[in-house]
Amino acid sequence: MIGLFDVGGRGLLIAIVGLGVAALLAAAWLVPAVMRALPVRMQPQASTLARLGAGATVWGVSAMAWIVLGGGRSSVSKIVTTLYYVTNGIVALAALFGILYLIASLFPEPFREWFRTAAFLLPAVLLLFGLVVPAILNVSDSFYDRNDEWYGFGNYVDIFTKDANIKVFSNTLWWGIIVTIASTVMGITIARFADRMRGEAVAKAAIFLPTAISMVGAGVIWNFVYSPREYGLLNSILPGDPEFFLQDSSLFGITSPWLPGKNTLFIMIVVIWIQAGFSTVVISAALKGVPDDLVEAAKIDGATDRQAFYKVVLPYIKSTIITVATTTVLAVLKIFDIIQTMGKGGSFGTSTIANEMYEQGFPQDNEGLGAAWAVMLFLLVLPIVFVNSRNQRAQREGR
Amino acid sequence: MADKTPMGTRVAGATTGPVGRVIVWFLAALWTVPTLGLFISSFRPEDDIKTDGWWNWFKNPARVTWDNYSGVLDNKVNGLQFSEFFWNSVRIAIPSAIIPIVIAAFAAYALSWMHFRGRDWLFVVIVGLMVVPLQMTLIPLLQFFGGDYFPDALEGVTTIWIAHAIFGMPLAIFLLRNFIAGLPGEIIEAARVDGASHLTIFTRLVLPLSVPAIASLGIFQFLWVWNDLLVAKVFGGGATNQPMTFAMVDMVGNKGNEWQLLTAGAFVMMVVPLIVFLSLQRYFVRGLLAGSVKG
Amino acid sequence: MVNLQKRYPNGFEAVPGLDLHINDGEFLVLVGPSGCGKSTVLRMVAGLEDISDGDMLIDDVRVNEMGPQQRDIAMVFQSYALYPNMTVAENIAFAMKLRKIDKETISAKVAEVAELLELTAVLDRKPGQLSGGQRQRVAMGRAIVRQPKLFLMDEPLSNLDAKLRVQTRAEISKLQRRLGVTTMYVTHDQVEAMTMGDRVAVLRRGILMQCASPAELYDTPDNLFVAQFIGSPSMNVVTGTVAEAANGGISLAVAGQTINLSGEAAQRLAGLGGRTGSPIAVGIRPEALGGDGDQHLDVSVDLVEMLGSELLVHATVAAPSVRSTDDGVEIGGGSESTIIAKLDPRHRVKAGDRLSLSVDTLRLHAFDMETGAAIGRA
Repeated sequence: MIGLFDVGGRGLLIAIVGLGVAALLAAAWLVPAVMRALPVRMQPQASTLARLGAGATVWGVSAMAWIVLGGGRSSVSKIVTTLYYVTNGIVALAALFGILYLIASLFPEPFREWFRTAAFLLPAVLLLFGLVVPAILNVSDSFYDRNDEWYGFGNYVDIFTKDANIKVFSNTLWWGIIVTIASTVMGITIARFADRMRGEAVAKAAIFLPTAISMVGAGVIWNFVYSPREYGLLNSILPGDPEFFLQDSSLFGITSPWLPGKNTLFIMIVVIWIQAGFSTVVISAALKGVPDDLVEAAKIDGATDRQAFYKVVLPYIKSTIITVATTTVLAVLKIFDIIQTMGKGGSFGTSTIANEMYEQGFPQDNEGLGAAWAVMLFLLVLPIVFVNSRNQRAQREGR
Repeated sequence: MADKTPMGTRVAGATTGPVGRVIVWFLAALWTVPTLGLFISSFRPEDDIKTDGWWNWFKNPARVTWDNYSGVLDNKVNGLQFSEFFWNSVRIAIPSAIIPIVIAAFAAYALSWMHFRGRDWLFVVIVGLMVVPLQMTLIPLLQFFGGDYFPDALEGVTTIWIAHAIFGMPLAIFLLRNFIAGLPGEIIEAARVDGASHLTIFTRLVLPLSVPAIASLGIFQFLWVWNDLLVAKVFGGGATNQPMTFAMVDMVGNKGNEWQLLTAGAFVMMVVPLIVFLSLQRYFVRGLLAGSVKG
Repeated sequence: MVNLQKRYPNGFEAVPGLDLHINDGEFLVLVGPSGCGKSTVLRMVAGLEDISDGDMLIDDVRVNEMGPQQRDIAMVFQSYALYPNMTVAENIAFAMKLRKIDKETISAKVAEVAELLELTAVLDRKPGQLSGGQRQRVAMGRAIVRQPKLFLMDEPLSNLDAKLRVQTRAEISKLQRRLGVTTMYVTHDQVEAMTMGDRVAVLRRGILMQCASPAELYDTPDNLFVAQFIGSPSMNVVTGTVAEAANGGISLAVAGQTINLSGEAAQRLAGLGGRTGSPIAVGIRPEALGGDGDQHLDVSVDLVEMLGSELLVHATVAAPSVRSTDDGVEIGGGSESTIIAKLDPRHRVKAGDRLSLSVDTLRLHAFDMETGAAIGRA
């Protein structure tokens, strides 16, 4: 069907859209008239029908436009195709809930309420099975080797005995520790000093901007900083011969599976650059929530600015800081994209658990080891979420 | 929430002495330099980019060109024009942001205001699922989508939508439930006394009142999907369904030395998130704060 | 006719059992201290809370299983619960829209209600742009536009400042009488209860203590709790003993002094006859002291509060006070307690004076020491 009438597509498109609009306008005039003529009892059903009809018309027009123009190479046809996909998704969604709710409403009273509740929840619960079932399957996968033979705990033994794997594991831990601490401290510093400063909004926007940039984009951006070529900013500032920052897997000459390489540290800087904005904004807002009289009381009691900040303000916003740190550590432990781009898929000893899960599961075709890495990540994240949920509960009760 | 605190002249405000101000502006400048470098590079002629640093552009600011941008849009990746990947990204990102949020909003309403047995347990389980790393589910999900139970016609963009919806679900339900459960109960009750059904309360009251939370979550989800590489790479199948991130990585791999294309490409990729982000920043920040800041 | 009966032991026994009957067109006030279950009762009537046991009838139809939308009631909430995303007009019209009433009728009714409540000028505003009093009126308007069988109001005045509250109180009363809609009104403020209600139901821990007209509640409280809850300053209650007077009548020994009951007063408290020698709680309202009366009580003045229209004298008597508590009657510690007398402001009294207050024996109350029940005619 695609591109059926490629010739003269634009004219046809205009005709179809015109027809659709005309139909809608006619309906807008006709429907109320019909509605008034109907007995009052039937009006609700009629209005539902009319709405469904209007939705179907819009959808039909976009579908027809797509049949005529979709798959074409012109930019109009690309836009039409995109529109068609997007409306399709939304129509399907609306239809899903509409149908579920209608079905639920067919049941007699004592059950109707129950089925309506189910209609509200069902799509979400179904999607969540997409997490639960794979997570369980994944655990069983982790006991098989690359030839799908039973391997017992072999994959886990490999993780803790092979140097390359220890490196992956320790890298991930270092990522979690260094990036989380650095971006939280950055957030606290900027939020503190920028608070009520002139130009606060501009400064914070500058810090926040990288949050919107993808890791892939960040890889390109930072190449102009780290590159050993003439256009590498860092090499042009540092004296001496150009360095290959992203290929040095030792830490100032020391190579150990338990230490991160220098290249890993340089990639971490990029992620700190991305993450700091989030910490800044959240902590800054928390700072503005600290009651003025609390700080004033501390000052009257003889505290300096510094003391007031560290002894009074920071403890007050402690739970916010814990939340920020938790969010950051969860994001960082799953770090993947940037390793793919800047670490060249984890070469030069830059791999992390999430990267390894992908590398083993797909390019290396060792699904068992990939699954075992996934389980390891799950075990790493579990205590963090546990601590955070306790923190949140304490915060609620403290109110 | 924080913005309820009256902004008075505060003693703590005096902490921003000259040292503090220098620190802030220094960091702000430092944070801007890499992006600025990309921005400038993307307008420089190919030879300039490859032979000297972008900071040297200031010496000769007249040397600018649009060629990089037209070059990258015409550039072919896996036989497809770069601009196709832009539309793919749009096609993936908009429904992938809307679908999970709508579904999560319905669930969050049920978890907040509908009474059924096991409600709190269900919520705890959903929150617990935030812990499952998405990488853990890739292989089994891929097998499911590729298997006999799943209609082949839906493979491609739809699979990516569903995958993103799955991965976004726990966080979306968690944040939206926190917000929706926090709406004043008397308003919901008033609507019930007025004769509204759950669907009416949801569409006429709860959705309009949840706009800040929904908008911020939508932006968050949109940015995440737009910037995503992994999910699309695993679930998208061939290059015809891939987003711009895929094209960029491909270009970095195959055309690693054509920096004039990569700079422009990276900037094209950034434009949409930046627009979304800057125009809706207020919502975004407010949404981030919901539930995380003691108020 | 609205007919309510409820008994149900729920988890906390918030309302262990309640039988109430509201007449058509009546303004019934539910009053009690916070946590007495009055709001729970109202919410059950509304259908917002499950009824665990018993029956609830509206117009002789059992409505226990009906949702709030099927009961044909309207409710005014404490926080007003206006829909923040809708204008005033939309707020008022919402319920009618849901009932698929046609647009012309809706706008006519909204206009009518807005006129009545002086909201015409603000119909296009959102609730956030209104003053507290206006919001309150919108909440009222939303309820009355429906012309329901029953109005429910849950402390609708508690978010208004004192002056506005007095004014709105009167407006609600007038409006209710004009519309003639049966109304159930919950408040913790006994002044509101007394001024607004045709009848007032006093609740304690979910138990109905008394349901009667305001005057009856004030003059002949059924028990110590009602006696002390209604009236401000509240009734003075101290311990006393029943004795036989020299002439064969009844007398009360209070704080080492004797108060003789004669004639009509003795008849009012005839129930004391069989209790000679036993301790009772003696109650007297502040305004029954220092006015008419041939009996006297000697006290020493601690504090004098001049209010302009009256003089409140806080004085010590040599008898412990008696208070109604959540589960019965409690006798205050020590052998002395403070009572309050409401005197004519022309009296010259100052702290430290000894005073012989006249006691109006016709307005004496007596309560059982154990149960707190009033002792009246035999």
